[in-house]
Amino acid sequence: MIHSLFLISNAGDLFLEKHWKSVISRSVCDYFFEAREKAVEPDNVPPVIRTPHHYLINIYREKIFFVSVIQTEVPPLFVIEFLHRVAETFQDYFGECSETTIKDNVVIVYELLEEMLDNGFPLATESNILKELIRPPTILRSMVNTITGSSNVGETLPTGQLSTIPWRRAGVKYTSNEAYFDVVEEIDAILDKSGTAVFAEIQGVIDACVKLSGMPDLTLSFMNPRLLDDVSFHPCVRYKRWESERVISFIPPDGNFQLMSYHISAQNLVAIPVYVKQNISFFETGSSGRLDITVGPKQTMGKTLECLVVTVHMPKVVLSANLSATQGTYNYDPVTKILVWDIGKLNPQKLPNLKGSLSLQSGAPKPEENPSLNIDLKIQQLAISGLKVNRLDVYGEKYKPFKGVKYVTKAGKFQVRT
Amino acid sequence: MLGMSANSVSYNEQGSVESGVDAAQENSSIPASISSGGALKKLVYVYLVRYAEEQQDLALLSISTFQRALKDPNQLIRASALRVLSSIRVPIIVPIMMLAIKEAATDLSPYVRKTAAHAIQKLYSLDPDQKEHLIEVIEKLLKDKSTLVAGSVVMAFEEVCPDRIDLIHKNYRKLCNLLVDVEEWGQVVIIHMLTRYARTQFVSPWREDAVFDENSEKAFYDSEEERRVDQSKPYIMDPDHRLLLRNTKPLLQSRNTAVVMAVSQLYWHLAPKHELSIITKSLVRLLRSHREVQYIVLQNIATMSIQRKGMFEPFMKSFYVRSTDATHIKTLKLEILTNLANEASISTILREFQTYVKSQDKAFAAATIQAIGCCATNISEVTDTCLNGLVLLLSNRDETVVAESVVVIKKLLQTQPSQHSDIIKHMAKLFDNITVPMARASILWLMGEYCEHVPKIAPDVLRKMAKTFTDEEDIVKLQIVNLAAKLYLTNSKQTKLLTQYILNLGKYDQNYDIRDRTRFIRQLIVPNEKSGALSKYARRILMAPKPAPVLQSAFKDRDRFQLGTLSHTLNSQASGYLELSDWPAVAPDQSVRNVEVVEPVRLPYLRLVLNCFCVHVESVSESESKENSDDSNKSSSSQSEKSSSESDSEKKKKTLKNKKLQQQKPDSKDSLNYYLPPQIIQKTLNIMTKYILIHIVLSISTPFFVNCMCSLLHLCVFLACQFDAVSWPVHVSLQASSPVFVPETSHELLHRMTGKGLSAQYRFTRQPCIYGNSMVSLQLTLSNSTDQALENIHISEKSSTGQNIHRFNAIERLEPQASVTVSMGVDFNDSTQAANFQLCTKEDEFSVSIQPAVGELLLPITMSEADFTKEQGKLVGMNESSATITMMPENVSSQSVNRKVVSVANLGVIPSGQENIYRFAGKTVSSGSLVLVSVALKDPDAVITINTEKTVMGSMLLRQVKTALTNSGP
Repeated sequence: MIHSLFLISNAGDLFLEKHWKSVISRSVCDYFFEAREKAVEPDNVPPVIRTPHHYLINIYREKIFFVSVIQTEVPPLFVIEFLHRVAETFQDYFGECSETTIKDNVVIVYELLEEMLDNGFPLATESNILKELIRPPTILRSMVNTITGSSNVGETLPTGQLSTIPWRRAGVKYTSNEAYFDVVEEIDAILDKSGTAVFAEIQGVIDACVKLSGMPDLTLSFMNPRLLDDVSFHPCVRYKRWESERVISFIPPDGNFQLMSYHISAQNLVAIPVYVKQNISFFETGSSGRLDITVGPKQTMGKTLECLVVTVHMPKVVLSANLSATQGTYNYDPVTKILVWDIGKLNPQKLPNLKGSLSLQSGAPKPEENPSLNIDLKIQQLAISGLKVNRLDVYGEKYKPFKGVKYVTKAGKFQVRT
Repeated sequence: MLGMSANSVSYNEQGSVESGVDAAQENSSIPASISSGGALKKLVYVYLVRYAEEQQDLALLSISTFQRALKDPNQLIRASALRVLSSIRVPIIVPIMMLAIKEAATDLSPYVRKTAAHAIQKLYSLDPDQKEHLIEVIEKLLKDKSTLVAGSVVMAFEEVCPDRIDLIHKNYRKLCNLLVDVEEWGQVVIIHMLTRYARTQFVSPWREDAVFDENSEKAFYDSEEERRVDQSKPYIMDPDHRLLLRNTKPLLQSRNTAVVMAVSQLYWHLAPKHELSIITKSLVRLLRSHREVQYIVLQNIATMSIQRKGMFEPFMKSFYVRSTDATHIKTLKLEILTNLANEASISTILREFQTYVKSQDKAFAAATIQAIGCCATNISEVTDTCLNGLVLLLSNRDETVVAESVVVIKKLLQTQPSQHSDIIKHMAKLFDNITVPMARASILWLMGEYCEHVPKIAPDVLRKMAKTFTDEEDIVKLQIVNLAAKLYLTNSKQTKLLTQYILNLGKYDQNYDIRDRTRFIRQLIVPNEKSGALSKYARRILMAPKPAPVLQSAFKDRDRFQLGTLSHTLNSQASGYLELSDWPAVAPDQSVRNVEVVEPVRLPYLRLVLNCFCVHVESVSESESKENSDDSNKSSSSQSEKSSSESDSEKKKKTLKNKKLQQQKPDSKDSLNYYLPPQIIQKTLNIMTKYILIHIVLSISTPFFVNCMCSLLHLCVFLACQFDAVSWPVHVSLQASSPVFVPETSHELLHRMTGKGLSAQYRFTRQPCIYGNSMVSLQLTLSNSTDQALENIHISEKSSTGQNIHRFNAIERLEPQASVTVSMGVDFNDSTQAANFQLCTKEDEFSVSIQPAVGELLLPITMSEADFTKEQGKLVGMNESSATITMMPENVSSQSVNRKVVSVANLGVIPSGQENIYRFAGKTVSSGSLVLVSVALKDPDAVITINTEKTVMGSMLLRQVKTALTNSGP
């Protein structure tokens, strides 16, 4: 299956390689570099590249290309999913997955890669098992390690791999038992020029942070489970009970994990919490343009909009922007041609406005199309779909845990066409 | 060793860790550090595996350490030793690896067995000559019932011997059932393998006369008709086929995108058309995932949407393009939108396309124009609208957009040129402003082709071109020559000179293609003495009506590859791609998937516990029997007499004391207490429940729970045969139940004359044997008729025939005139072949043999009537034997039929809803094959039917049942 893995930085620096079968020369990456050059933007690199003897499947995350070498037929999603899992594990271990952290923790990275794959086939990808095998680094531990020369390899033999519940460690103990659930909903929408939604839907996830002792068996139920149109679960969830009773019954992994993700059926009308009035125009002559954007609340269910950010990908010919904002700060990066207007909290009494002129490259024809706006926002204490958690029951353990549910609505891929 | 970690840090600074040659020099210290153990072991392993190939001699030094670790009591150490050993790519250790793999494949720990499955692939890539041996191991591991092993072994199967589909048959149902609990990576591999398997084993669920790429609307209108067709020749899905579809469906909810994709492709390739829609939502859900995932999923959706528009139509808006999407994702979405377009949705889609055309990403805008062209040809209603829209684009400022529009318009006009001469004229006007060669060439071609529609403009264009000929690109020059030739033929008066001028220019062009073309055209159109024949046809050659190009999706022929594969993504066969076979016209034999032993799953260590438990109880009962033997001497000799007097409560108490008595009414737990001291029973029950409870608490996941329940049942059965308390409710379908009837007749094993005073009798207890599951349990009564005590009575160790015999413990001393009853077990291996063995005393040896009746080789089971008929339906043809007999009138009553059948064979009676049909079920002791007997009374005849896989046993049993039912008497 997966033969080798190369990590390549955005700058084209190959900084780590790992082989699970025989060693493949790193020259195979030349084909990748070629494709990378052709694509210009890192996002445009094709995920599957064919070379005369191998296939390169790559992902791009956190400014790093994870390039895996494949020799024979394999479901490409299998590899892609695994590579993302690797990136997530690094993130989980080191807090962030960047070139520097990987280089700093190179020993642990090798240990992890060795445990995650055996002969190219995934062996242990559950973070709970991995953490039992290889302890994540802490400042104290790394200090002790340097002094004593010991390593992060777990002293005890891990038992998680042997269990039928591989996602949970045995013998978990906490003094205070807590279970928190975050219902995070994202609105994906495309609004057209006039502000009507061309397309809108709600995607949600429930992130959990469960710190419970022993082997608790949890049951989470909703007030209105009918809302959920399509769901996908963490492997711990018993699908049969969902099918029959519409409750989520599971033995949780220890710590943070994503319990489920869901999709609200497209039939439901999606409340769009924000409206945008915009006017961007470029003049035929004089190589300049004008920009005027106003943002206002629409259907917010009485909550305030926070962390409002408007991002505009300007045409290549826009050299600079001379704007004034009534609220928040704006920043135009002339290299990436991205205008970011960070508004913050939205005040419904005094709508924020960004106005001013744009200067274009002289002599260049005026851009054909106006740039579209991407909007980011956050609404606390609200699940825009109306989904409500009813109750959480703990079976199998005697203690009474702290329980908590938090609702957040965010803008997902929220785009306004102009 | 610190040196080594320091080393890796320094490589890190150089930018790469694994580039070092220096690191290899450190190798000499490796073997020592492995054997010394310590925390760095893991890193040393990583290192060792990496450099083993280059430093073989040094790597070999460490082998002995791993060999030792393979025997470690800790399963994790055994597993990791095997893992590293098998990763060392040094050919010289192939035999060692082979041996280790074979051993690990039978390890008690599923984790070690999983590692063995991984090692198989490694060994195979190191030395493909080992294939045959490895297949044997794979075969063994495929039978494994642990979810841990399943994924890995199927992976090994796919790598080593994907063509050995016969190995899957017996494991098919098990794999289907385990699937949900296998880890996610294993699921992907198993699903892909099962897809291939199913395509070879089941008939097509798609209607025969249905074209594969039927359109959704057609399916909609045809549904009535379809139903009628279905009724005329009903298609019944193989239950195994259904099982696969049913068991994979929940996996659509997996968080792992690869699993969802795998299930989707399985449904696409295997499910009936109307069930396909369930995968749509899940696939659309994946579009929320990472860019790379989107790319693969969109590709697959594109292929699907060509054949089944209806599936994705409701989700059309999910494929709308965002300006932030990567270019390849945009193009794929465009492709899908084009495929989904129909009369109803085209207007929305076109409006959407209009936005895309203005995109800053010019490659994407060009692709959109092509997509508009595609829509225009596919949906004739909008052709005109599209054309007008495209003509508008001709005045776009961007060159690529204009060029692409021209090319697309050219293609569109070819389909219906007559109505659109104004568009051609418009294009001729624009011609001067267009600089992209491809677009210029296209316009010229249009002029030439339809010069009759624009008789005035065409010569003028030619005139302009003659002026600029030398400055044009090659492809434009070729088209100029073409245009000139065509005009010369249609309108030679105006263009003769122009043509000749152009041909002259072409003659001296630098490009030989153009020189060639010029020469050819000149010969063709200008009549001269040499080429008279051909030039007559010049008009017909050049002005022949040309077929319109078909604008079709790039994904049109992608479905020749299995969806979700690398080959599908690349649209070319990747190495190692396994073709998905066509459905067979006739389904191969379904019975190959029948598993003989539907024994409940037992975990090895559970068996161990059971064994310990057996030993424990045995020793207790043995000691007890010794105590009892004094006062029960008499009773045991007259055992049959006692056993028949079960109703007598007075005697019952007495008989209960005698543990060897088997024949009594089971009356719940109370009877347990009579056999063993109460405290021991308490203890064993405690252990038992604790053990099971622990496991139930530890793992609520269903299969394990079932395992536990099964083991609980086993314990119960075991207790039952020990204590004869058989009233435990046993609900598992193939679980042995208590015998309905136990015959008292004893058979002579050794006559006292031949035995020099030792006589032996045996009888079949008809109970599950405690010594082994495949054994028939026997009771031996040994009596001493001499006047001296016989010493050391035992069965000789050497068995003359192949049967596996569990001997009774040697009887140290048998007093004169005393007798003793012992139990033993014989594995007859489901045949009536006699078991021969030596019965020995201290002085003598006697050859004896036990010939079982076929009815004794069975164990009764209970099942519902419905299950019975279902199972019977599976065992037809070769597996069925039947006979018609004439019944004696006195035998017709239900009681007597039941009694007669169960006296002949150890079968369970199935409660029957029908009056004149009697059903009996059992399983063979050794292999656990079902034996189903039914007797249907049709006055005065009766039909006896026996269904079993063991055909020989079936026919023998039939003969015996026949005799029993025809004979009168009790």
